[in-house]
Amino acid sequence: MQHNVNWLQALLVLSLSVTLGWTVEVQRPRGVPLTKRQFYDEAKPFTCLDGSRTIPFDRVNDDYCDCKDGSDEPGTAACPNGSFHCTNAGYRPTFIPSSRINDGICDCCDGTDEYNSGASCQNTCKELGRKEREALQKLAEITKEGFLLKQQLIEEAKKGQQEKQSRLSELQDSRKGHEDKVEALRTVKETAEQPEKEAKERHLKAWEEHKAALRLEKEKAKMAEVFLELDDNADGFVDVSELQTHQELDPDGDGTLTDTEAQGLLGGAHKVDSTEFMNMWSNMKEKYVSEVCPPTPSSDLDKDPDSVYPEDDLDEDAAGEDDEDDDDDDDRDDDDDKVISPLQVLEKLSVCERERWCLLCNAALLPFSFRALEKEISFDFGPSSEFAYLYSQCYELTTNEYIYRLCPFNRVSQKPKYGGSETSLGSWGSWSGPEDNKYSVMKYEHGMGCWQGPNRSTTVKLTCGKETAVVSTSEPSRCEYLMEFTTPAVCLEPPNIDTQVHDEF
Amino acid sequence: MGALSLGWFALCLGVAVAVDRGNFKTCEQSAFCKRQRAMKAGQSPYRALLDTLELSDSRVTLQLINDNNKVHLLLELYRLQGNMTRVKINELKPLKPRFEVPDVLIADPPTEPLSVVSRDENGVVLSLGDEARRLIVSAQPFRLDIVEGPQVLLSLNSRGLLAFEHLRPRKDTSTFGKLFSLNSLPMSAHQAPDGGSEDDNQPGLWEETFKSHTDSKPNGPTSISLDFSLPGVEHVYGIPEHADNLKLKSTDGGDPYRLYNLDVFQYELYNPMALYGAVPVLLSHNAQRTMGIFWFNAAETWVDISSNTTVFGKMLDYVQGASETPQTDIRWISESGIIDVFIMLGPKPADVFTQYASLTGTQSFPPLSALAYHQCRWNYNDQEDVRAVNQGFDEHDIPCDFIWLDIEHTDGKRYFTWDPSKFPKPLEMLQDLTDKRRKMVAIVDPHIKVDSGYKIHSELRSKNLYVKNKDGADYEGWCWPGNAGYPDFIRPDTRAWWASMFAYDQYEGSTENLYTWNDMNEPSVFNGPEVTMHKDAVHGAWEHRDLHNLYGFYVQMATAEGLIQRSEGKERPFVLTRAFFAGSQRYGAVWTGDNAAEWDHLKISIPMCLNLNLVGISFCGADVGGFFKSPSTELLVRWYQAGAYQPFFRAHAHMDTPRREPWLFGPENTALIREAILQRYALLPYWYQLFYHAYLTGQPIMRPLWVEYPGDASTFAMDDQYLLGRDLLVHPVTEEGARGITAYLPGQGEVWYDVHTFQKHNGAQNLYIPVTISSIPVFQHGGSIIPKKLRIRRSSSCMENDPYTFIVALSPQRTAEGELYIDDGHTFSYRTEKKFIHRRLTFANNTLTSRNLALDSQFSTPSWIERVVILGAQKPNKVTLRMADGAESSLDFEFDTAMSVLTLRKPGMNVGADWSILLQ
Repeated sequence: MQHNVNWLQALLVLSLSVTLGWTVEVQRPRGVPLTKRQFYDEAKPFTCLDGSRTIPFDRVNDDYCDCKDGSDEPGTAACPNGSFHCTNAGYRPTFIPSSRINDGICDCCDGTDEYNSGASCQNTCKELGRKEREALQKLAEITKEGFLLKQQLIEEAKKGQQEKQSRLSELQDSRKGHEDKVEALRTVKETAEQPEKEAKERHLKAWEEHKAALRLEKEKAKMAEVFLELDDNADGFVDVSELQTHQELDPDGDGTLTDTEAQGLLGGAHKVDSTEFMNMWSNMKEKYVSEVCPPTPSSDLDKDPDSVYPEDDLDEDAAGEDDEDDDDDDDRDDDDDKVISPLQVLEKLSVCERERWCLLCNAALLPFSFRALEKEISFDFGPSSEFAYLYSQCYELTTNEYIYRLCPFNRVSQKPKYGGSETSLGSWGSWSGPEDNKYSVMKYEHGMGCWQGPNRSTTVKLTCGKETAVVSTSEPSRCEYLMEFTTPAVCLEPPNIDTQVHDEF
Repeated sequence: MGALSLGWFALCLGVAVAVDRGNFKTCEQSAFCKRQRAMKAGQSPYRALLDTLELSDSRVTLQLINDNNKVHLLLELYRLQGNMTRVKINELKPLKPRFEVPDVLIADPPTEPLSVVSRDENGVVLSLGDEARRLIVSAQPFRLDIVEGPQVLLSLNSRGLLAFEHLRPRKDTSTFGKLFSLNSLPMSAHQAPDGGSEDDNQPGLWEETFKSHTDSKPNGPTSISLDFSLPGVEHVYGIPEHADNLKLKSTDGGDPYRLYNLDVFQYELYNPMALYGAVPVLLSHNAQRTMGIFWFNAAETWVDISSNTTVFGKMLDYVQGASETPQTDIRWISESGIIDVFIMLGPKPADVFTQYASLTGTQSFPPLSALAYHQCRWNYNDQEDVRAVNQGFDEHDIPCDFIWLDIEHTDGKRYFTWDPSKFPKPLEMLQDLTDKRRKMVAIVDPHIKVDSGYKIHSELRSKNLYVKNKDGADYEGWCWPGNAGYPDFIRPDTRAWWASMFAYDQYEGSTENLYTWNDMNEPSVFNGPEVTMHKDAVHGAWEHRDLHNLYGFYVQMATAEGLIQRSEGKERPFVLTRAFFAGSQRYGAVWTGDNAAEWDHLKISIPMCLNLNLVGISFCGADVGGFFKSPSTELLVRWYQAGAYQPFFRAHAHMDTPRREPWLFGPENTALIREAILQRYALLPYWYQLFYHAYLTGQPIMRPLWVEYPGDASTFAMDDQYLLGRDLLVHPVTEEGARGITAYLPGQGEVWYDVHTFQKHNGAQNLYIPVTISSIPVFQHGGSIIPKKLRIRRSSSCMENDPYTFIVALSPQRTAEGELYIDDGHTFSYRTEKKFIHRRLTFANNTLTSRNLALDSQFSTPSWIERVVILGAQKPNKVTLRMADGAESSLDFEFDTAMSVLTLRKPGMNVGADWSILLQ
């Protein structure tokens, strides 16, 4: 009756297996790996490998599924959960789901899965094996060289780190001195304040008026100064491009002052004259950093209404910042929230004021570098700081439409090749590789928002390479970008190099 | 991709999260609907001029007169073969011809002779056949009644809402008015045809403005309306497409159901707003009779439905009884064309389907693979992405037959082209899919980018095949490519040319495993009125207004023809369309458009597809997962489970949503989705047989329960469960966090078997079934045999020669029957060379028999029978297989006593053979 199943009775096949260079002929049912050969003894009834039942051996590979685990049909497609073993001599042996047996598609490189489908499969194992060996060899070379480079990176990072550490501790030392100085100032102030207090209150109103007038006058003067400063081409107008030389004015804080943003600051105009500028000045004075520091003698401090009682303002603001940014500055002395670090004091000041303070205090102490240093040291540059070299670097890839820019530990952006504004694809988020390989993936988050969608974000996959480069970008899901990045820093120690094994994680 | 590609979307359609109702007209905002609806039921001004009656072999004609304006109409009555009546009303002498819908009917419906039974000054009684079925024409007011014996089945103009706005010259002094000599005005038309006073200054007659769009109406008012009363009817269905329940609701106090093919951005549920397609067919049903009304008009149409009670029988002496009965009143209003109605008299649901199929044809028989799983997304980004998705299915061992490409695959939205950087080597990509025995669908929309360097555009322009605007220039509107022209698909030469564009040497990068998707064919015009084409656009002699609802029908027709022609008539086409009309079933599949990833949208997919199935369009599905927004994994899993049991099974997603290929939600969800898809593949032999049956007979594939249980009133409004064919009852889970559902199992004295557990349940009961996330309740009818293939592979093609398993579910009488259909799965050879297997499987007297249903057919398959599972069986002593030549063999079997399931092991005979299996 079983007209169509005679071929299926071809129970046993001859398999070639390359083991230790010897060619061995091993008889076993179709689809069974050598390792399981002992379970398929044609002299005995067959027990399903899950032990669920025992069937006559002629029901093995008879194209009907008897075992729940599919083990009676290793060589046919009868069982939904079975698997077929391809020997793939010359290449890698592998298992395929039994549903791929005789489905007309060559899955095993030795073609053994298509024994009755009419598909003519070439044996491509040797070719694949050769290619794989070549690829492996190439990879090994890259890994080897990459690993050497990585060692250098680690060395450099060590040195760099030491330098930074010592610099930081220098700074920290002098910080102590500053705290003392600030404390001294405070004491001076308080002492001075005590007898003046009553008089001060009496004159407070008049003082406020006077201060406002002074401030306005100063404001105007400063504004005029700024206008001249900004008007680079001296045409009597400040325009968008001139404004863009002052990136600190960026309203959304993404680090870029775009055309639109600049225009916004100019009240929507492309350029403004000095009168119009006066109206716009309030939009930017908070952030504006002068290009030059007017030579101000320290005695002038007293005349500056903003500086007469600097301690008052600083006190409040600094305390406010303390509340908001609690977790930003890990290195800060957190013992007492009321204590204002000199760093905070300094940061509240404009560059010029800061310079004056620095004159007053210690010119060597530049809080920007202090802060930057703190920040840099706080990054996780990998177990051996091998990623430190990427810090403050940027890497670009140009595609048909866009230029993609990856600045590791900072940001990812995209800019149309032929003009147009830059789009943030995310700022540094975290290392987010799998648990056992955390440093293989970087995540950049909170980029520019998408229409009706999420904020843009970018996943950067790191692979071992001699070069440090962005090799591809894609957008697998809308506004979720994927970048492939090669760097020696992720190259693993080649297995054949006999050196001490570094457990990286 | 920047945000730029969405610019048009945002600009034209707004960024609202739900439909912007303000973009679409209400009846009040549609001048003719407002005019017509303002008419109240009452005395009709129309009178039948009985002395003009002419009787020929095929029809009766007589004139109607509107006593208010003396305009004459011509009434034509036909008795059609198969228990149908056709009623046509046109102007006796229109100023110019009025539009009659071409190409939708498959043939001139064959007529049967009408005879006059009696006539007097009050009316004429015509015979509609032997069964005391009569068509009664009452003269004043004009009215038609179809009666059977003492019963009035349906009445026309019983509420006096017949209104026929005759063509007239414009009477004002505008430029257009001057075209006509005022002296040639026919009659003194002081009264409107609807009986009201005619006022040509009434707004909306000769011009109408909606939002920023002005519709010039060179022909003036042309609308038509007619009412139908269905005594004894409380349930009516059909007139898709609306996002509403199966049972149509009363429109009293709200807007009528609207039929006007529109691209509705983020449509809302449970309202009568128009959507992408229109089939003006309404079905009525009560326990005694099912009927249908096919309002054969392709212009903008509104349908009012109201539930009433009526005292019937007073009007006519021989109509018995005067008791109050429920009644449903229907009123159709269309903007132009003629009144042309097919009344399908049933009486059984199956009869109505047969009747309607005899008019507009049956479901096209698709390639088998089109019934399998489709993976779509707007958009698979590039060839590499397609490769990865294709590989993803293999890696996760999930079957898939089709990968789809949306508009981004083209070179700047120029259809028939490929983006040179993202899809530089389409032939290579298609070969990759062929290597896995998979296929692809690429989108081809009907809006054509105006670009002199684009072959499709320049040919359309040079051949002068574009739709024209009212001033005679090529009509242009904005759509995906920017400025676009719209081929005039109403012209046969346009369709022939369009079809020729699918030839392999014309459509570069196409191969035989590339099929087509027609989207935006309402047509969608971003900057047009109601996001569609201006009604005063011109198609040759006709205005777009006359045939709007036909545009999408023709696009799909021409595309399907193109796919047939490219294979020299050998291969079956597969074309998905969003817009449709009556008859669209002949050209492929339909989906419910741009739905959303919400539980209610999953729920509504059932009634939406059921109503489409009732009016001939069986090949229906909804975007699995929901197009807009992102589904929760639970919703996604439930949608896969539901979609696996709907005819067209395709996952699709908007480009702004996160990726959602089946393996992206963790191993557990991947396994659940995989299992849902596997269930679909296992049932492909049943699906295929159902489609063959639908193609052959016009019976729907997805059926409301009342179709099979017409006397069971508890099923009449049911739309949370349905039957697939006759034998599978499906109750999708559409509630978040559901722990159980209550399914209604119909059929007194019948049984149903849970397909997952084989548990037997009695019919005619509400059954509470606990559910887990692993599957949805599906039941097989006791008395049925369903063919399956349990070796699920990469694609349906890979399973072509695999063996079959028959699931025999015994009735309480220990009988069962089913059918099996097999052919090559993709060519027309089943039709042209009768190369197919069609068999009936019967279980009776403890014997399962396979019998050939098509003796003149011939097809051979290597497929054999690997297993027979008999549900509700007793343990036999012996099982014997007997072949046609008398050879007998004994079969191994297993019996599960707990579930009464008998499994016959490996009978092994070829599935095309004659055989019987005897249980002893």
